[in-house]
Amino acid sequence: MTFDSTYMCKGRLMLRLGVRTLWVAALAAALGCGAARSTLAAEPVDPWPELARDIFNGRQLADGAGLIAIDMPYRAEDAAIVPVTLRATLPPGDARTVKVITLVIDQNPAPVAATFQVGAGVTMISTRIRVDSYTNVHAVAELSDGKLYVSTTFVKASGGCSAPTTKNAEQVNANVGQMRFRQFAKLSEGPASGSREAQIMIRHPNNSGLQRDQVTLLYIPVFFIKELRVLQGDELVLAMESGISISEDPNIRFSYLPNGSNTFRVEAVDSSGHVFKSEWPAAPAM
Amino acid sequence: MLLWPCCYDSKAARCLLAAAFLLMAGVGAGSVPPDAPLQVREVAVGVFVHFGVNALMTAENEGAIANIGFVVGDDAVAVIDTGGSVREGRRLLAAIRNVTAKPIRYVINTHAHPDHVFGNAAFAGEAAIFVGHRNLPRALALRGPYYLDAFRRSMGDALDGVELIAPQQLIDGEVKLDLGNRALSLHAWAAAHSDSDLTVFDDTTQILFAGDLVFVRHIPVVDGSLRGWLAAVDALSRIPARRVVPGHGPLAGWPLALAGERRYLERLAQDCRALIATGGSIAEAAATAGVSERSQWELFEAYSARNATAAFAELEWE
Repeated sequence: MTFDSTYMCKGRLMLRLGVRTLWVAALAAALGCGAARSTLAAEPVDPWPELARDIFNGRQLADGAGLIAIDMPYRAEDAAIVPVTLRATLPPGDARTVKVITLVIDQNPAPVAATFQVGAGVTMISTRIRVDSYTNVHAVAELSDGKLYVSTTFVKASGGCSAPTTKNAEQVNANVGQMRFRQFAKLSEGPASGSREAQIMIRHPNNSGLQRDQVTLLYIPVFFIKELRVLQGDELVLAMESGISISEDPNIRFSYLPNGSNTFRVEAVDSSGHVFKSEWPAAPAM
Repeated sequence: MLLWPCCYDSKAARCLLAAAFLLMAGVGAGSVPPDAPLQVREVAVGVFVHFGVNALMTAENEGAIANIGFVVGDDAVAVIDTGGSVREGRRLLAAIRNVTAKPIRYVINTHAHPDHVFGNAAFAGEAAIFVGHRNLPRALALRGPYYLDAFRRSMGDALDGVELIAPQQLIDGEVKLDLGNRALSLHAWAAAHSDSDLTVFDDTTQILFAGDLVFVRHIPVVDGSLRGWLAAVDALSRIPARRVVPGHGPLAGWPLALAGERRYLERLAQDCRALIATGGSIAEAAATAGVSERSQWELFEAYSARNATAAFAELEWE
């Protein structure tokens, strides 16, 4: 089966990888320690070369130093909520623009955390991810000329009783889909850029569905935000295609260039096909 | 129930070897023989506690970082938390058998964290009823496999034999358990330290086993709901306890024991709210929220950033 659109391919891949690891996890749970221990005992294999080949269809990845940066804490303090900031900066005089940024958490059950399609002036995206293990994190920027640039960082797993799951299971299904939108007065890159920052938050358990519920003895179904689009008027600012590596209550802060529209619109779709929409007045230009 | 089988044979062989060495040496100086009873202190008549060390779980401390204990009634015994390894659980069982031959009727888990439940398997052969918060099975299901994996990495063999044993008797609201002329009042709390917090109050001596709803000296760890916890602190203070066995830290007077925890949690909430109001980021919160409390707590560096991260994400929705 082939797909013309690379964007579609990415979506499929995210799902395929997700499903594959779901099975592995389910099997490990069913077999108890035997399976889990044998994976631990196995020699660590760097999954990145294969991941990169699968995600980007074997396309060349150039060194992204100075072009795409990942800002993450060295240690995942809370396995369920690890802040990550992606910054894309083109050198002065470079006429190209950033089109897509892909965030990959190599060792997570679903490595492709998110694919961001970015509109004009989006040079910074901050979100929160789950980190299951010691892992490399890759960010790949696709520019308007089709070239791909990659940067990487390493994150240590959290310690203590932190787990990449909800803290308050009681609350998670209340208010699913509730959204908050904030616009920040502060300019992120100096007054000359005209750039501003905004943040979209959506209540959603974004659960992995990996775990067996011991009360019902059923596997908790996968339930996550898979698409989110932010528009200024009718113009796309940011579109995120995402999976279960994004933290509960997905939260995205981003820079953008105001285009003079009066409204911001946000549309989100989850894995069960629920559609969430909301609209807010754009803050007056500064 | 997830089973985590281990190689008992080689373990037993090692144990025998170690015992032989100890016999030859004539003393056990500096090392503890296998399954030596945990050191317990009778904090009130019939109420025994092993006070854990304020540290992270390691192979060396065998996960024995939480306060765990037992209460002896006329007919039976209730165990309150089982420790951070099966070995710690077995040593608790040995301590119980030093005190009484009465049957263990209940094994109560105060919440799902590994330092409180990883010793459960030591009591699997005791015909006891495992008791926990109505959310405990779900919490164990969601977190257990991850904990087993993560702590296997840091603790290695010390984790052998751990089984995630879910409670058979679920507590919702307030329930009394009888040990023979001795009633324990169990209370299941809304999400606070975690989303499966249970307290155990000995009606006879007014000793409160608070689980991790109360931290003394050891920095409180937010893994449920900061707002819920602050509300719980108010409700906890109304329990007519004489003294409290906190989840971590020394035996303390009541409700004075809550003062430090309340101050820290309020500071954390205040700092996060101030950052949220001014457009600060979650990374800034991790670095700054609550840090004025640093000198007041043990293990502050291990949990401060994590608490602030969790608090910020929760309070952003206010």
